[in-house]
Amino acid sequence: MAVRTVRRPELTFWEKLYIPQIISGLRITLRHFFRNLFLHMLHQVGRFKDVSAMATIQYPEELRPLMSRFRSRHRLTLREDHTPRCVGCMLCETVCPAKCITIVPGEHPDPHVEKYPIRFDIDLGVCVYCGYCVEVCPEDAIRMDTGILDVAAYSREAMQLDIHELMDPTLRKPVGDCSLEFPHKCELTGGEMKGSWDMLNAPAVVTDPAEK
Amino acid sequence: MIEFLLIKVTLAGIVLFAVLNLAGFHTWVERKQSALIQDRIGANRASILGFRMLGLFHGIADAIKMFTKEDIVPAGADRTLHTLAPFFSVFFALVTFAAIPFGDQLILGGRVIDLQVARIDAALLYVFAMLSLGAYGVILAGFASRNNYAILGGLRATAQLISYEIALGIAIVGVVMVYGTMNLGDLVRAQGVMIGGWIPMWGIVTQPVAFFIFLTAALAETKRLPFDLPEGESEIIGYFVEYSGMKFGMFFLTDFLETIVAATLATTLFFGGWQVPFLLADGFHFPWGAEILVSNWVYALLGVASFSFKSFVFLFLFMQLRWTLPRFRYDQLMGLGWKVLFPIAVVNVVVTAVVMLLLEGGG
Repeated sequence: MAVRTVRRPELTFWEKLYIPQIISGLRITLRHFFRNLFLHMLHQVGRFKDVSAMATIQYPEELRPLMSRFRSRHRLTLREDHTPRCVGCMLCETVCPAKCITIVPGEHPDPHVEKYPIRFDIDLGVCVYCGYCVEVCPEDAIRMDTGILDVAAYSREAMQLDIHELMDPTLRKPVGDCSLEFPHKCELTGGEMKGSWDMLNAPAVVTDPAEK
Repeated sequence: MIEFLLIKVTLAGIVLFAVLNLAGFHTWVERKQSALIQDRIGANRASILGFRMLGLFHGIADAIKMFTKEDIVPAGADRTLHTLAPFFSVFFALVTFAAIPFGDQLILGGRVIDLQVARIDAALLYVFAMLSLGAYGVILAGFASRNNYAILGGLRATAQLISYEIALGIAIVGVVMVYGTMNLGDLVRAQGVMIGGWIPMWGIVTQPVAFFIFLTAALAETKRLPFDLPEGESEIIGYFVEYSGMKFGMFFLTDFLETIVAATLATTLFFGGWQVPFLLADGFHFPWGAEILVSNWVYALLGVASFSFKSFVFLFLFMQLRWTLPRFRYDQLMGLGWKVLFPIAVVNVVVTAVVMLLLEGGG
């Protein structure tokens, strides 16, 4: 292969003068400066709010828009009777590359449902947010669409989510020791908890409204 | 005598108050201006009672932080020189302002007061002497830290300051030749003459080439981008790498003070200092014959306002340049200083001399 000599581009006389080039650089920065200055001032009086003067997002007050397929903190989806859709098939626990999911299945009282998770724990300190658990689930029982990004805790234990937090994303604090026996009771909230097992015992909800 | 002293102390107080506050304010300007240039918001979180004031409180927060921070002197460092260096820097940057006239004469109770802290006949020499001495602070800081990066920064600063001072000094020679004085007050007064009744005889008109050399060299003297090799944030941190707390803050302050020195000097030498076009001591005299008479107070205040405005424009320009241009490579820096600015400055002096001789011979 022939050697091709690439000539280093030489500066023209105009460029060597520096000053015209500096002025053209200043023109760019000045344009940004005054455009943003005027836009900020107009925003102060409530005009041209749709034209942004900056790329910055004021994070804690203002959240970044997330893509619809963005993988955020997990949640367990619920049946109409507010019990988890999970049937304890262990597929997610098996596929999990980080081995952060722990499921303890139990016999479900409803004969149409085989099993239910007595425990469903995810250790977020270990989770790699790969989303395999969501993809593998045959029941659409686990999703990663809560939009919760700021998972932070002072201890490793606090990073472990149990089934309450997974079923109710509004519960941000780790739930302490709870009874995992079947009529489920949470001791922290006196048993009253959205997404708990209480609805299962109420007979009116179990029956399908179409049958009535 | 007491009155004289009182007047001088007041003037010095006013200048120090204005300059130090301006330097503190400059930290805010730097943050916000760079933010606007780069489509950001800039620091806006510091608040007092929930008021954020566009981030103005960040300067105060910085000051508190720097004063309460631990002051570290490295084990191998020379304690005395290490402590002395930042004081040197700030001191010589501050005393420079003594010679810069920020207004014309104010008549107060029958007393004529020059709005200038010190009336020095060789003011220009004084200013440059003080600026050169300011380099000692940087060199000492680099030397006394016993840190290789600091020494590197100090060496870079030494070479850079000495190289550009020569271009700076020779560029000024042209101005001194045209106006025939080194007294900055007289120099500004001499710039008030109108050429043909229309164009003020400011330095930019008579010495445009010197102006650009001065601007470049003065920017290099301030050690800020595009000439921030002594600092070199991304490679060697620079001469103040071993400084913490307010000692570092003083170097930081010196940077801004030197920027203000450069801005005020550029105003004084090339933009007529406190001169307002067509404004004489008793009022405006327009070339088309109109006259607006003003009192001495208004005249003096207009002068101070004019001086401040021009200085602010320069400060804005310097800040804009600082956020526009990337840093020079070291050999490019030396090449620019010695092979471009220095010869042009010398040629400018020669051409000025020839033109002046011809004008005198013709006139």
